[in-house]
This record gives sequence, C-alpha cells and structure tokens, in this order.
Amino acid sequence: MAHEQHNYLNHQKGIWSWLTTLDHKRIGIMYFVAIMSFFFLGGVFALLVRAELFTPGKTLFSADVYNRMMTYHGAIMVFMVIVPGIPAIFGNFVLPIMIGAKDVAFPRLNLMSWYMLMIGAAITGSTLFLENVDTGWTFYTPYSSIKTGLGVIPMVLGVFIIGFSSILTGLNFIVTTHKLRAPGMTMNRIPLMVWALYSTAILQVLATPVLAITLLLLIAEKTLGVGIFDPQLGGDPVLFQHFFWFYSHPAVYIMILPAMGVISELVATYSRKVIFGYTAIAYSSLAIAGVSFLVWGHHMFVSGQSEFAGVLFSFITMLVGVPTAIKLFNWIATMYKGSIRLDAPMLFAIGFMFLFTIGGLTGVYLASTGMDIHFHDTYFVVAHFHYVMVGGTLMALMGALIYWFPKVTGKIYSDLVGRISWVFIFTGFNVTFFPQFILGNMGMPRRYYDYLPTFTELNQMSTFGSWLIGTGFLVGLYGVIYALLKGKEAGNNPFGGKTLEWTTASPPPHENFESTPVLTGGPYEYR
Amino acid sequence: MSTANHSGGFHHAHHFDSAEHQYDASKQGIWLFLVTEILMFGGLFVGYSIYHSLYPQVFHAGSKQLSVVLGALNTVVLLFSSFTMALGINYVQRGLRNKAIIALAVTIACAAIFMVVKFFEYTHKFHVGTVPGKYAYTEELSASGEKVTKVGALLAEANKLSVVEREHKLHLDETEFEHLTLLEKTKNWPLFFGFYFVMSGIHGLHVLAGAFLIFWVLLKVIKNQVGPEYYTPVEGVGLFWHVVDLIWIYLFPLLYLVG
Repeated sequence: MAHEQHNYLNHQKGIWSWLTTLDHKRIGIMYFVAIMSFFFLGGVFALLVRAELFTPGKTLFSADVYNRMMTYHGAIMVFMVIVPGIPAIFGNFVLPIMIGAKDVAFPRLNLMSWYMLMIGAAITGSTLFLENVDTGWTFYTPYSSIKTGLGVIPMVLGVFIIGFSSILTGLNFIVTTHKLRAPGMTMNRIPLMVWALYSTAILQVLATPVLAITLLLLIAEKTLGVGIFDPQLGGDPVLFQHFFWFYSHPAVYIMILPAMGVISELVATYSRKVIFGYTAIAYSSLAIAGVSFLVWGHHMFVSGQSEFAGVLFSFITMLVGVPTAIKLFNWIATMYKGSIRLDAPMLFAIGFMFLFTIGGLTGVYLASTGMDIHFHDTYFVVAHFHYVMVGGTLMALMGALIYWFPKVTGKIYSDLVGRISWVFIFTGFNVTFFPQFILGNMGMPRRYYDYLPTFTELNQMSTFGSWLIGTGFLVGLYGVIYALLKGKEAGNNPFGGKTLEWTTASPPPHENFESTPVLTGGPYEYR
Repeated sequence: MSTANHSGGFHHAHHFDSAEHQYDASKQGIWLFLVTEILMFGGLFVGYSIYHSLYPQVFHAGSKQLSVVLGALNTVVLLFSSFTMALGINYVQRGLRNKAIIALAVTIACAAIFMVVKFFEYTHKFHVGTVPGKYAYTEELSASGEKVTKVGALLAEANKLSVVEREHKLHLDETEFEHLTLLEKTKNWPLFFGFYFVMSGIHGLHVLAGAFLIFWVLLKVIKNQVGPEYYTPVEGVGLFWHVVDLIWIYLFPLLYLVG
C-alpha cells in the first residue's frame, strides 16, 4: 500500500471522526450499521412470533410474551427499519452525488438526524427492559391510553423523537434537491431515484408532524388524563385512529417510494436502455405522494364511519393504483427489447415487481368496502402489507445494497452470493406470506396468539418460510462481510450505470467529485 | 473584528457556491420546518373543531371561565414582541448592533411576561379546580353516585358562605362563582380544559423554545458573529418567533372568545 487513493473513508481516521462526521456518505454508512442492527433485532422477533405460531395453543411462550414480541417486531420494523431504511442509508449516500452536490444542504442537521434516531431507538428500546409494551405498533386507544401499563409513554416518546429524525432528513433532502443541483442538472434531468426521494421527503415533512401531535396527545392522555381519547371523559378513541392513519398511511408510501426509485435505477442500468417514460415515472411519485394523504379512511371501514365516507375513501384508495401501475408498466416497457443482465440487483428488482404487484392487487381487494368487511383484521391483511412493505422495500433494499456496494466501499459484492440470497429470500417470502392470504380468507384473525387446529398446516408452512427468509438475509450479511474482506476492486463504474455517481471514483473523494460536473443531457442515456 | 458594526470573517460552507446561495438554502429549510410546526398544531385544531361541534355547550361554558383580559394582554405582548423581533432583524441587517441588542432583549422580556401571565392563569385554574380530564374529579361520589368534580366540591363549600366570605376565604367573586356554577352544570366540561391545557401548554413550550433561541442569537449579536453580511440565524429565529405569535393569534379567539 505505497500509494493509497484519497477518498472519504481515509479522509479522516478514528471512531471519533465518524461520530462527529458531517460527510453525508459517512452518515449514510452510520445509518446502515444502525438500521441493520435494528433489522436484525426486528427479524429475531419476527422469527420468534412465527415460531410461536407453529402449533395452535402454547408452543414456546405465553400469550402475554407473544403480544409483546409482536409489538416490538412491528414497532422496530416500521419506525426504525423500513421508514428510515432506504432514504436514510442510500438516500444519504447517493442523493447528493446523483445531483452533483458536494454534500446535503445541512450537514450538521443530517448528523443530528442520525443522533435523534439513535436516541429515539434507545428510549423505545429501553422499554424492553423497563416495562414491555403490548399494544401493537399502532398504539390504538383506548387500550394504550387507559388499559395497559405506563411503558407506552417512553415507547411513544421514542417514536416521537424518531419522527423528528425523519422530518429533518426529509427537510434536508428537499432543500438539497432544490438548491444544490450541479450546473445543467434541471429538475427534469435528475435521476428517478432522486425524484422518488424528493417525493418521499415531501411526505416526511407533511405527514410526520401529525404523528407527532398524535403521540403527544397520547402521552398527555396517559399522564394528564386530558380525556381527548377517553370515552368516559367525553373523548373519542376512534379520533386517535384518524390521526394515526393520517400519518401512517402516507408513511406506507414513505416506505415504498424510495424503493420504487431504486427499482427505476436498477431496471435502467441492467436493461441498458433509456428509461421508458421518465416524466411519467417522476411525476407518478409526486402523484402517489399527493393521493396518499386522502386515503387514511380505508383503515377504518369497520370503525363506524359513514357509508359515504367509506365509498369515498374506497374510490380514492383505488386511485393510488393508477400512478403505481404507471411505474410498473414503464419499468416493463424499459425492459422490453433491452439487453437484460440478470445480475443479483436485477433479480431483486424483478422480485420487487412480482411481489409488489401481488401486494398491490390484494390492496384493491381491501380497498373495496364489501370485501374489506370479510378480510378486515384477518391474515389476509397481514399478507397484503408484508407483500407491499417487505416484498417491496426489503427487496429494493437488498438490490440497492448490492448495486451501490462498489460505489460505497470500492469492493464488488459477490454476485453469486447475492443470487443465493435472492433465491432464499424470494422463495422464503412466498412460502411465508402466500399461505397467509388463504388463512385470512378462511377467517384466521390477525394479531392472535392462538388459532383453530384447522389452520395448523398453513401456519407451519408459513413458519418454515420465515426460516428461509432468515437464512436469505444471513447469506446477504455474509456477502457484505466477504466483500469487505475479500471483494475484488470495483473500478469507477462496474455495472455501466449512467447516473452521476458512476462518474466519480469508488469510493468517492471527500467532496464527491474532483471538479463539479456539468450536465448536458438527462440520465440513462444508453445507446 | 473589534468594531461594532461588523461581522467579518464569515465564510460560507464548502458545499455552497456563495454566501447568498447558502442563505437561500437556509431560508427554505426554515420555512419547511415552520410548515411542520403549523401541521403539528393543525392536528390540535382539527381535534378542537371536532369536539367543539360535538359539545358546543362545553366550549361555551369553559371559555367563560378563561380571563379574556389576561388573554388579550398576552396577545398584545406577543404582537409587540413580533414587532421588536422584526426590528431586531432589521437592525442586525443594517449593522446597528446596540439597537439590535436592545430590540432582542425586549423580545425576550416579552416572552417572559407572556409566561408569567400564563403562570398566573394556570395557578388560578389549579386553585378553582378547572383542570383537564381525570384530574378534575375528586375521590368522593355524590349522593346520586356520580363522581364529584373539584369545581363541584368548591361550589358546595362556597354555597355555605355569604358573598363577602366567598371573596375573602375562597377568592371567588360573584361573576366567577356564576361562571363556575354554569360550568358545573355542563356535562363533560373537563374536556375543554384538556384542550386548553394541551394547546396553550404546547404553545407555551414553543414560547420558551423561542425565547431560548432569541437569547442564542442575542449572544451572537453581542459576539459580533452576525451582522450585515451574515444574519441567517437571526432571520430564521425571527420567522420561528412570528409563527409562535401567529399560533397564539389563532389560539386566543378559539379558547377565550368563542363562548
């Protein structure tokens, strides 16, 4: 190592330089380490929950413990893994590079967002040792406000702080996209990943404050007994659900839009074709973001809201299918007659399209008020949102990991390991969640500790599938460690990508580019 | 660097082209943050309007219990503080350091006055028992088996006394006694005070945060870290302070005047 290249990894040395770094690339890596740890924890809870459901009645632990595990699985996965996942890790790393900026607009705020996620996670996590929470990740009143223990307060406070982290990241991305684009990089030339992150950021900024006030009200309810959610004092517990879903439904798109951005990048690069319908894909992100605010009522079809509201929410919910389908058809059109390379990231992209389509179509079932009464709070819903959130976001996360790994570390992620991981995750995923559609249709309720003996076989199949998924992610982790230790040198552009990040060195220098790039054309100009 | 009207030595961060570029970005960031603040209070306003339409009589009786005089005083104080804040920004931009220090200090003083008035309002509510939700009730049950409120207990005591003795012993004048009697007749009245304490409480926290931030920029002005060439933090804090003021301008009629 006589001559070592100067890059962001060796720009400064020591753990302290990492903990105080203002470099968006390093912050992205810190997010990766943190979020993957949470993911591991949430995954372990998932495996335990599934293991408990291997047989009817008690298999491993009591109903009480089961409720807590289910709660932590949900809360960790939603608030600490899937919501921050792609934007915080890959958004932080690639967004500024993709638009030719030296950093995000507010580097210090960016570091603060990471610390807020850590503090929030610590407070939420502390309840594991202080007083376990058993409300489910939705914290529905009146159970959370009147019945269960005080552990809800620190849990909700932690989530509140995590929400702040999300708001600040979104704010940072919006300003970065508006103000720091390189010369020649007009809004209609930014890569689709940036469009997706930008739309996500708008959602983060506009929806999360409502979650903040909802959680504050829950805390106020529990400490001061203000009565806003307590029917005994004149309040309405269902108001909590309205507030909660006013955030949490848009949050579903906070989870999925960045994933869609990743897929746009992967499909273009691995089909070696100009992306089909750039504008349509870009603006459909904004359309999804917009419509997502008007659909929360579909979570409450059976809560006693008026039939008119039900019909309206049903219609608007189905409307989300339009921009989503625009994206899917454009990806497929991009692949059409492309010279497709089925490398691991592309497999994950195709897996995304497959699973997300199933998730989306079953969403139409649930958006129909009549069908929803049958499927409400059954395993059908569980299967549906796992297909969307896990099948969507986590497939994209793995794809993004392998695709940008060389850019981040300068090493190539073994494609073979990636493919093996994909086979396990993809098959395991379908084995786990497809039976749950059938279970739900047969009437098995969600969240329950116990079930009728009739449902045993399908549940066992589902549990078996969860082991396959677990194995798949462990293989993926092995791939990371292997690539870090023994990976081949990547070079600047191992996959032939056309967006800006592939024009700089891998790993990039401290200020991303040796000289500020100037753009003369759009992204994805293949041929 | 020792001369007063000067903030020399300011360099924009490395990822911006110019100081102006950085100022634009910061300003956009602050406006976005203020949007989140408005949305957060928006949730409270939605809750308020829902319960107001469900229980108009509760909000009528409850708002009578609030002191319009103190609320109006606080409104004037905050409006004035917005004015002095705006002056402060202007003075910093023009490099009038001493005037800026005075304007910002007056703004902080206004925030303090606001909080002191709030303190008297709150303690009075604790005294008469107009507090939110479950804390509005005492342990005892009435003859008909219903929970007795603290206001109910106070009124029961007051009813045994003459008007002069009420004033003297319980610090209750005749109008307040009537208002409390009206309030006590309204079912679910503690809900109003739930909204009152949560909305004004969260707003009060924002006033404190704002005062702290103004103090922070005041120190910057004193240390010559801001001036005509660089005043982003002063302007950002100023915008935040205006929003705090604005929210109170909505809270005051909703809580105090609506009855």
